[in-house]
Amino acid sequence: MSESSLSFRRSKDRLARRFFWFLAALPIVLVTAILVLLFLRAWPILHTKPLAELFGGRVWLPNKGQFGFLPFIVGTVWVTIVAMVIAVPPCILTAIFLAEYAGPRLQTMMKPLLDLLAAIPSVVYGVWGMLMIVPLVQSIGPRISNVLGVLPIFKSHNPTGFSVLAGGIVLAVMIAPFIIAVTYEVLRTVPSGYREASLAVGATKWETVRYAVLPQTLSGIVAGSVLGASRALGETMAVLMVVGNVPKVSLSIFDPAYPLPALIANNYGEMMSIPLYDAALMTAALILLVIVVLFNISSTIFLRSILGKARL
Amino acid sequence: MRHTRFRRRRIEEYIFKILMYLSFLLVASSLGFILLTVLVKGLPAMNWAMVTQSPKGGYYLGKEGGILNAIIGSLYLAGGGTLLAFIFSLPLALFLEVYARRSRMANIIRLSLDVLWGIPSIVYGAFGFIIMLSLNMRSSLLGGIIVLALLELPIMTRAMDEVIRLTPPDLEAASLALGATRLETAIHVVVRQVLPGIATAILLAFGRGIGDAASVMFTAGYTDRIPTSLLRPAASLPLAVFFQLNTPFPEVQRRAYAAALILTLIVLAISLGSRWLSGRLSKYAVK
Repeated sequence: MSESSLSFRRSKDRLARRFFWFLAALPIVLVTAILVLLFLRAWPILHTKPLAELFGGRVWLPNKGQFGFLPFIVGTVWVTIVAMVIAVPPCILTAIFLAEYAGPRLQTMMKPLLDLLAAIPSVVYGVWGMLMIVPLVQSIGPRISNVLGVLPIFKSHNPTGFSVLAGGIVLAVMIAPFIIAVTYEVLRTVPSGYREASLAVGATKWETVRYAVLPQTLSGIVAGSVLGASRALGETMAVLMVVGNVPKVSLSIFDPAYPLPALIANNYGEMMSIPLYDAALMTAALILLVIVVLFNISSTIFLRSILGKARL
Repeated sequence: MRHTRFRRRRIEEYIFKILMYLSFLLVASSLGFILLTVLVKGLPAMNWAMVTQSPKGGYYLGKEGGILNAIIGSLYLAGGGTLLAFIFSLPLALFLEVYARRSRMANIIRLSLDVLWGIPSIVYGAFGFIIMLSLNMRSSLLGGIIVLALLELPIMTRAMDEVIRLTPPDLEAASLALGATRLETAIHVVVRQVLPGIATAILLAFGRGIGDAASVMFTAGYTDRIPTSLLRPAASLPLAVFFQLNTPFPEVQRRAYAAALILTLIVLAISLGSRWLSGRLSKYAVK
């Protein structure tokens, strides 16, 4: 059987190794290609318009050649911040509950539940948001505005309910499984000796969590939240469906906003018919990409150093 | 005095315990609310025509028809994307664990995979759109499949990478000690051992692919016909939900809810199915 001779098997292995190395370059090439191509496509507008006008401008009139990205950038950031404020505290508490208090049965039950929550398509989140969250915001908006309207954040000018708050709530539910999963993992890296020592000197369970477990894991939890934020920044369909899509800079959570992903998704159809419009939309994609990649790399490297140590 | 301090500590414990319970309930119930909303709204609009017919004339004004075009289109898109991603993912994951392991190179590749995983699907859509423009390609099933493959590649590879990492090192050492080459070890020993993990990774990626709207919106287009060629546009379920919801007609909107229900059921079936499958397949693995 010459086919299974040693030299044939060896050369097969060598060939495979070469193929593997070629394949290994693929992810790196892809990241670079996406960045470079988007940049090249965005270049026509980046070099004809001053950056201050692009990123500081508030007027978005593609027909007249005015491309101010400020409303979209503010909208993206604002929706993400609202989502984080809503999501982070309950997610951390849930993760603590699962890691420190819950029995093994609940812990094994929670994994499929989080998987399901993460698996639901964003359009379905959008449908849910339109049916449940938007009417909710519509009904509570004016009441909160009446009481707390002196603060610009809570001042409502918008009777519809399609708002930053609606987008933030839907996003909060969408990123919850990520934040909970990462926080849970990070909490599990703390050796049980710390807990035992704390309990042995008479601390209550919560005090143990607060003084022995949380201080060591704080950085990991922050990194996990940043990862969640980077998910929120790029989420398109669900947010698009509930956020109102009005390109105005407003600080009120009851006002509509227009995040960058929604801008791209809503206008790609007509972008080839107006000069510089396609470059403007690709600039939007580029801004989004750069922010998300920065968030992502920093939190991933950080988390890997924490989780990696515990795993190996 | 000591007594009151002790009581205060007990109260603090109590308060936080309640807060934790409430948070847990909030997260768990939000899943329930979503599923319930989709079920309550989608079920009344469900009928056989929805899943057995393509849109007929006047469908978007509330006349007869169904969304078979979107169901088939979505299965084609996600199936094709998953297949294409799998062709690259498995070798890549094997390379990472069997050949490169924890080398600097491997870690850079893992980081770039994580970066790819984090890239929003709308950016993939825009990227695919640019490439198709420069190739003079129209929106088509093929374009959608390629973009979905890009989107699924990091998800699938990282999921496989994680399970392959858990193979006992002795198993590999034993195979190498018997004189098997690395390639033989990878294919005959490692792959067999992590078969359940591979199946889960494939289904995970498929589920992500079938639910994604932002990437196929640019690249696959939308059509009322069932695609007959890779170069024709293809409809998809998420976009069927989105477009029908945007019409002003209540009947059409109700069909969007039915489409959302179908999509949710598919995704749930995949998620539960992958659990069941990984349980079934794991009997071939060395514990």
